[in-house]
Amino acid sequence: MQFNGKAHKFGDDVNTDYIISGKYKFKTLNMDELAKHVMEDLDPEFYNKITPGDFIVAGKNFGCGSSREQAPLAIKHARIAAVLAKSFARIFYRNAINTGLPVVECDTDLIDHQDKLVVDLAAGFITNKTKGIQLQVKPLPKVMLKILSDGGLASHFRKHGGFSFDK
Amino acid sequence: MGQTIIEKILSNKSGCKVYAGSIVVADVDFIMGQDGTSPLAIRAFRDMGGSRLFDPSKVALVIDHSAPSPSEGVSNLHHAMREFARKTGCRLYDIGDGVCHQVMLESGRVGPGCLVIGADSHTCTYGALNAFATGVGSTDLAAALISGKMWFKVPPTIKIVCHGRLPKGTYSKDLILYLIGQVSADGATYRAVEFTGEAIDALSMEARFTISNMAIEMGAKAGLMKADEKTMAWIDRYGSCRSFEPVEADPDADYECVWEYDVSSLEPQVAKPHRVDNVVPLAELAGMPIDQAVIGTCTNGRLEDLRIACDIIGERHISPDVRFIVAPASRNIYLQALKEGILEKLVRAGAAVVTPGCGPCVGTHNGVPSDGEKVISTANRNFKGRMGNSTAEIYLASPAAVAAAALTGKITDPQEFIK
Ligand code: SF4
Repeated sequence: MQFNGKAHKFGDDVNTDYIISGKYKFKTLNMDELAKHVMEDLDPEFYNKITPGDFIVAGKNFGCGSSREQAPLAIKHARIAAVLAKSFARIFYRNAINTGLPVVECDTDLIDHQDKLVVDLAAGFITNKTKGIQLQVKPLPKVMLKILSDGGLASHFRKHGGFSFDK
Repeated sequence: MGQTIIEKILSNKSGCKVYAGSIVVADVDFIMGQDGTSPLAIRAFRDMGGSRLFDPSKVALVIDHSAPSPSEGVSNLHHAMREFARKTGCRLYDIGDGVCHQVMLESGRVGPGCLVIGADSHTCTYGALNAFATGVGSTDLAAALISGKMWFKVPPTIKIVCHGRLPKGTYSKDLILYLIGQVSADGATYRAVEFTGEAIDALSMEARFTISNMAIEMGAKAGLMKADEKTMAWIDRYGSCRSFEPVEADPDADYECVWEYDVSSLEPQVAKPHRVDNVVPLAELAGMPIDQAVIGTCTNGRLEDLRIACDIIGERHISPDVRFIVAPASRNIYLQALKEGILEKLVRAGAAVVTPGCGPCVGTHNGVPSDGEKVISTANRNFKGRMGNSTAEIYLASPAAVAAAALTGKITDPQEFIK
């Protein structure tokens, strides 16, 4: 899984209400529709600035707040390839993996807005092409890698008929 | 080696003795979904090839976030939940039954030693009942609906010890706001928290729920408390159909850290926009005009909270410059508040009482503020846009402080109204 794209930089504590506001999430299950409102309260034009394959890059505690899975799904349907942050809120992190949105913990101070990045999840590294540096990636727990490589928890279940981890 | 509460519960439910850092697949005792998350869970359930629930008696769906429905889109999602419940045989709590978490606390299905998951981040509320209860997303929920199991990484535990007694006019809400201000919004991420100490022991169950409810606002996976006589009295009162086994931390349990606070001179606190950890003493904001005051939610919509508000209001009328919205957290609470004359008093004072449920907490209906307005609320989140308008400002406080603000139209120290 290798992705090429540019960084859209956000700050610390981007909560799930910012990712997708509660006023939309209850209305529909159409994720492409929800995706249009992604990050709207922080940047009303954000959706239009995305080129498919771009990254959201943020500070600490990304995805804090509600358990709404609409948050990672809206990001995924906005065709963001992965979210890079210094740290993630717990439920968001799980939900992202379960829905097949790659999330990567790394030192995002080394990435500026619009920097061009290459993210290689399997090899576990990020290259900041704009700055000509490589970033260390905190590896995913094995269970999560397994779910992500199966394409999310739903396909993991379909494939194995239930949880299937060797601990 | 000794174990913390969460290590013990996860050991019991997975059948192997585990400590922080292990990964377990554990049996779930109860599963809850609400109307913001269940529709996606139902979709994921079908996606996974699910046809029946692992045990319908261990599943409940609650329609509370937009109840009654404010639009046709929501109505159709509600319909899908009702159909799912009818087909699978699980319990559905419909509009007017209350906020999912209060409904669970009153259900008799959740108690000491249990492992509960809910597709709502404030599921951690039941930690005050000595249960490991945590919020998950819709896909995790669907996997549990099918298998009755869920995987967890056993988190390290932070112990928070609260010494002393809360002074008069200061409540458990002030305490948890203060703690979140100290610990910060991500200070306990990936951790379980055990709340202990004399100040916690002295609180009623209702006041304890407020504390565990907000554990997630410091990032925690669970906000646990030990079970005592008050816990067991709560369980008895809601007539449980099952027996529970309280779980106590071992004296030599290994905590990641222990934080101690003396709360005996704590003042009323307020979380300012747009972060829950942006906490200051209320006195710093005294006199600031507000447009709307809200009492309710899974944090502070319980009977004790309504009683506190009612005592502050007394025979007075609210300020003509304020809208005052009251949302009892459950049908039971609504009925009891009617019986005690609390709602009559509040309505006479100028309150608008809305259906038991989430009320205006999450901006779907029931009191969306207009541009630039200031709201004081007993809820647990003040994020930008949370109540449906991203230019409004939300201040979080205790029911007493919200009632005092409703009376004066300004942020006001409730102690001024306490006899
Ligand atoms: S009252 Fe508010 S915080 Fe509680 S469950 Fe409802 S929306 Fe969530």
